[in-house]
Amino acid sequence: MDDTHNFDKSGVLVSTPSKPVTTECWSCGAMRAAHYCQECGKVQPPAPVDYFAFFGLPYKLNIDTAQLERDFYALSRKLHPDINARANDNEQEWSLEKTSQLNDAYRTLKDPISRTEYLLRLQGVQLEEQSKAATDEARKSGAAKKQVVPADLLEEVFELNMQLEELRAEKKMGGDDPSLKNDLQQHRQQLEAKQAAMLSDLSTAWNWWDAIIDRTAAGEAISDTDRTAALDSMLSIINRRTYIRNLLREIDEVLES
Amino acid sequence: MATDRIIGIDLGTTNSLVAYMENDRPVVIPGEDGLNLVPSVVALDERDQIIVGNAARKYLIETPERAVYSVKRLMGRGVEDVQDELKLFPFRLADDLAAGEVLRIKLGNKSYTPPELSAFILRQLKRNAERYFGAPVTKAVITVPAYFNDAQRQATKDAGRIAGLEVLRLVNEPTAASLAYGLDKKDTATVAVYDLGGGTFDISILKLHEGIFEVIATNGDTHLGGDDIDNLLIAIALDDIQGDLDLDVRRSGEAVATIRKAVIEAKIALSAQDETILDVELSGGKRYQRKITREQYEQLVRPVVERTVGPVRQAMKDAGLTAKQIDEAVLVGGSTRIPLVRKLVEEQFQRTPHAGLNPDEVVALGAAVQANILSGGSEATKEMLLLDVTPLSLGIESLGGGVVKIIHRNSTIPESATEHFTTGVEGQTNVAIHVVQGERELAKDCRSLARFDLKGIPPMPAGLPRIEVKFLLDANGILHVSAREARSGKEAEIEVQPSYGLTDEQVEGMILESFDYAEEDFQKRQVVEARIEADTILAALEKARKGPAWEQLTSRERDDIGKLETGLKAVAPHEDYQAIRTAIDTLNQATMRLAELMMDTAVTTALKGKTMETADVGEGPTSSHPIAKAEINN
Repeated sequence: MDDTHNFDKSGVLVSTPSKPVTTECWSCGAMRAAHYCQECGKVQPPAPVDYFAFFGLPYKLNIDTAQLERDFYALSRKLHPDINARANDNEQEWSLEKTSQLNDAYRTLKDPISRTEYLLRLQGVQLEEQSKAATDEARKSGAAKKQVVPADLLEEVFELNMQLEELRAEKKMGGDDPSLKNDLQQHRQQLEAKQAAMLSDLSTAWNWWDAIIDRTAAGEAISDTDRTAALDSMLSIINRRTYIRNLLREIDEVLES
Repeated sequence: MATDRIIGIDLGTTNSLVAYMENDRPVVIPGEDGLNLVPSVVALDERDQIIVGNAARKYLIETPERAVYSVKRLMGRGVEDVQDELKLFPFRLADDLAAGEVLRIKLGNKSYTPPELSAFILRQLKRNAERYFGAPVTKAVITVPAYFNDAQRQATKDAGRIAGLEVLRLVNEPTAASLAYGLDKKDTATVAVYDLGGGTFDISILKLHEGIFEVIATNGDTHLGGDDIDNLLIAIALDDIQGDLDLDVRRSGEAVATIRKAVIEAKIALSAQDETILDVELSGGKRYQRKITREQYEQLVRPVVERTVGPVRQAMKDAGLTAKQIDEAVLVGGSTRIPLVRKLVEEQFQRTPHAGLNPDEVVALGAAVQANILSGGSEATKEMLLLDVTPLSLGIESLGGGVVKIIHRNSTIPESATEHFTTGVEGQTNVAIHVVQGERELAKDCRSLARFDLKGIPPMPAGLPRIEVKFLLDANGILHVSAREARSGKEAEIEVQPSYGLTDEQVEGMILESFDYAEEDFQKRQVVEARIEADTILAALEKARKGPAWEQLTSRERDDIGKLETGLKAVAPHEDYQAIRTAIDTLNQATMRLAELMMDTAVTTALKGKTMETADVGEGPTSSHPIAKAEINN
């Protein structure tokens, strides 16, 4: 993926809907859309664009995925190497390059989590770091930053870790306590429910962000604080989700061992 | 366009086929023997000539050390990962294999790499197609198991090149099958293709939508198939033979091959009957017989068949679908004829699987459809487009032996990822990257693809160089790597050391060694064949002149034949195939009556008490028309 984006002078990604770059078709000379020439159908040389720009989408997180899929199919029909198998070497190369961009972009945008993570990265947020709030929390509690446990999960995680330890020890001794396993299964279900609920939290955060984009497009000045707060709320959800995902993996490992 | 004819090839573990799209329908091109299936068997005959297919099968039993089957199992693999195969299959590795070298298999006192052996099969298929079209064929689509890794794909592509074929696309077998299956289907459907062949298993889940065939998830096992069932039955027979007949024939290649043949027959019988007799006639007049009921058989093979369940579940999970959301389960591969397999598929997908396709041919037919799409499409395929995925994740070995995944499995291909690397020591000018394929956490548990050595990095303080490496999986699922130093923008020099597989130079060398590999060779071969045919006719004519039938011709007829004979003699030494062909055909026409007269004379002479040999009718009459077209074997 190539991270060339339009940033305004404060370093924030320009949030106006990005139009596909219109260039001249290298083959027939007519002015056409960026991916292929609508006149002669020929694939155009790849240009570094982000995934939203690739699909001509604004930097909003509520996406019509059915439309995205239709666009993906329509572009595949023009760009795919199979379609361009008889073109000259240059065109075949572009076709390969552009189709790989298309596939990357589609895969990233169709999934709500990877789409959110991608936007955060575009906005310069390092996902490996915890959100600002979480970092402050970590400083207060003195825990290692990477291991920050989302506050509302603290108690549960504590209990869960004890049970995991217990079962691990049991298994080492050759035992297999069904009630322990049962407890773990229950924990697992609770965590899964939490994970599912997270999608609706995420949707709220999306609406917040999308409203900022709309207001920017309407010419309203948005303060950095507003912007950062919206991004931070998404980041904390993503982090929680990653945390829970890792817990689930750990439970599965112990249960299946 | 005739010169642009692209054939579709199913290079199978057990059987291979070649197909072509004719008038909007894919058809299998039969071999010279009229059969569609070319057994994937390669043998070396008494004169050290390579024999392929049905003709090679007898060597499996007669001279097992000069024949090989199931070579596909060895494609793209190293010595250390074929140890299990060596216990179960009569592969004989060359004695002088160096560590890290591509495997070589002994045939008689020669040895060949798996891509070369596969190339012999491909060349046979190519010839079958050329015979069918009467024109050279140089381009092909070849199918591979969906779960083949990069090395196995590369080895298949190399085999194509060695056989003189430009491999325009490698298509995954289940996906190819879906193309043939979905040729007439224009509605939206989610389809699972369950492909259990001779040596490989694949499961692919696809979404069919207005001609787009989008693979959502794929999984499989490249070492699971009918062969494994055969091996179980062979093991039982060997034990029995030792127990009952007090014979240990494990070391006898011939006996094992005979048992294998009998076991396959029994296996096939048990797909239709409730019981069968496993019947083996051993050399020395000993005979081993054993009744096997379907029940016993199913109990025996269930563990093999059940190994397909894991991949099926994983593919469903990866696709995010439940059995109810699958509209159809399609059966592909010869092993899906086994009732137990069908039962299992039915259980997994909660529906009766679709078995309306010929499981042996559908993959080749699909390859022909893809070949048609690549050649610009036709009325039948103009809306069709295949979007396939990579079956395995691609990663880079990190410090400490872990794996950082850069491309995840089930990503639609082509697919790329860009990673940045830097130096760890001041002035460092090289960076080594180890690329692996697989799902495991540790690099040593994954498949090593290649080691890349980035060279010529300008000496800078540690951590300052920014080397951008681009990994691109193409539409064949094959990896390409390029790198540049981001600060200088200079293309970095990459030295690739494929962990398994042939280098470009080796493949080039093999191409040179193989005789017929290009259009030019096809023409050369045609001329050579025509010349042999001309010689046969001229020789037969020479003899016929001395016989009584010659005298029965009118002088006009004799004159005509004489002129045509001179004409043929004149063109035969030249390279013009058409001229030789025409001269042969006209001479054939002109000698038709002579041939008839010779037959009559022969019969009359025979009636007078003389034998055919002494009737002096020449060599001609051994065929129905003494000067008929010669059978040319190539």
